[in-house]
Amino acid sequence: MRAYLLSRLGQTVLVVFLSLTAVFFLVRLGGDPVLLFLPMDIQAKDLNEFRERLGFNDPLAVQYGRFITRAAHGDFGESLRYRRDALGLVLERLPATLSLSGCALLLTFSVAVPVGVLSAVRRGSLVDFLGMGGAVLGQAVPGFWLGLMMIYLFSVRLGWLPTGGMGGPLHFVMPCVVLASFYAARMARITRSSVLDTLNEEFVLTARAKGLAEPVVIGKHTLKNAAIPIVTLAGLDTGQLLGGAVITETIFAWPGLGRLTVQALLNRDFPVVLAAVFVFSVTYTLINFLVDVLYGWLDPRTRASARA
Amino acid sequence: MKRFLARHGRGVVGITIATLVVLAAVAAPLLVGHDPVQSDFAVGLKPPGTPGHPLGTDQLGRDLLARVLYGARVALFIGVCCVLLTAVVGGLLGLLAGYFEGWPGAVLMRLADVQLSFPFILLALTINAIVGLGLRNIIVSLSVAGWVVYARVVRGEVLSVKERDFVHAAQALGLGRARLLFRHVLPNVAPSIVIVASLQFAQFIVAEAAISFLGFGVQPPTPAWGSMLSESRDYLYVAWWLAAFPGAALALTALGINLVGDWLRDVLDPRFRV
Repeated sequence: MRAYLLSRLGQTVLVVFLSLTAVFFLVRLGGDPVLLFLPMDIQAKDLNEFRERLGFNDPLAVQYGRFITRAAHGDFGESLRYRRDALGLVLERLPATLSLSGCALLLTFSVAVPVGVLSAVRRGSLVDFLGMGGAVLGQAVPGFWLGLMMIYLFSVRLGWLPTGGMGGPLHFVMPCVVLASFYAARMARITRSSVLDTLNEEFVLTARAKGLAEPVVIGKHTLKNAAIPIVTLAGLDTGQLLGGAVITETIFAWPGLGRLTVQALLNRDFPVVLAAVFVFSVTYTLINFLVDVLYGWLDPRTRASARA
Repeated sequence: MKRFLARHGRGVVGITIATLVVLAAVAAPLLVGHDPVQSDFAVGLKPPGTPGHPLGTDQLGRDLLARVLYGARVALFIGVCCVLLTAVVGGLLGLLAGYFEGWPGAVLMRLADVQLSFPFILLALTINAIVGLGLRNIIVSLSVAGWVVYARVVRGEVLSVKERDFVHAAQALGLGRARLLFRHVLPNVAPSIVIVASLQFAQFIVAEAAISFLGFGVQPPTPAWGSMLSESRDYLYVAWWLAAFPGAALALTALGINLVGDWLRDVLDPRFRV
């Protein structure tokens, strides 16, 4: 277990390191970094001074070494727009994104798993048809369009919900539904196929032959064994959930990490972009680590086997 | 009949929708008389049903039906380009990495793992913001973000195909490596490439729309669904149709392609079934 934890930690560091390296060189490839990092309306004579002060006249290898060393200390420089420590700015926005993603994940599970299980158990019934039809539709409808349509219906027309921003519980409703829609659709389909597969296993037949009540057969014998693909998908999708937050937060003016990243990209505020990339990749790898731990709990067989 | 529908029903619906979208895109100039970028301030923000403008007009008086139909061209063009680029590049890299199990392949796969551990849309968005806006750059950004899926799937397939008897037999006959790879291994991994391509196609189109929606990617006045939705936000209180129709077109396209992809996966390779 300890060796495994250490290798996972190494992997996390590698992912974060490579992400930062890739973005660093992409930014440098994009042309004169001074022009990228500074406001457009700067005087020509100031350019060289800035270049010298920010160290852009040094060889690329030196710049890169300095960047990585500072990044390792959590120093990504100052935001060009807010004139504040970039990492601090990003971390300040993290709770908003996490609470939104957590809410969406909860909603996803509480809708998708029952729908998936019911569709599998009542295979071929109306419930199955409607549930899976809804899932296929949910996968095709883009979140940002769903968001706009919901704003039109519930805010503009009916006036029931606020159009955006963060405040009371009502502010959570639309962003959560939009963020959850795509993942709930996928989750429902995976749950259905996973439960269907498990229902064919012999231990389910045994449980039924023993005369156990159907809820026990489904709830206890089937569901726990069907959970592994569902948990895998949940882990993989959490990253995509963070990506989806970028769009959802922009639609609903949610003061989170995703919206900050989009604004930083639009404003060419690259210290903030780099800090956001750092926080995104750390969060994502941490979540996948938790999923792996959850695996071990769900399926003891995976504890022993090598995870190469 | 019932069995046929159960097995191929989705495929039939999907192919029908996809064909309609392709026809609409190809025949756009024949279906509407309006130029999608020609503004006419006299008829700004007219609701659907206005004579001459069945879906209404936008804030500049441009015909919405024309913009939605021409938008299908932009979306399909981007989707096709991205799928071809990623399938060729990713497929080739996967083929080589699977056939020659040396360190370059191993390094490539590690890189693919790292890239996959980053949200696709955020990756494409960041690349696009750095390399610049416009049609060509959005294709490049999406392709750079999307090739890894092919590389991974194809490599995995090649690893098993190359141990099969017919490959060993071809090897024993003294076939050249290139011939062996492209004539004997490639056809056997082709179904996987087709499946991944069909599933990626819709993802690329939706991602492009999302990125253009955020203000990157394809720029106005090019009639792309994403940038049309982005512009529609300012008029949501007065003109719902500006948001409703481009988004519906996007959802319908994604639905059609997804259905075809699901169906292909079930028919070609039951192992991938979800």
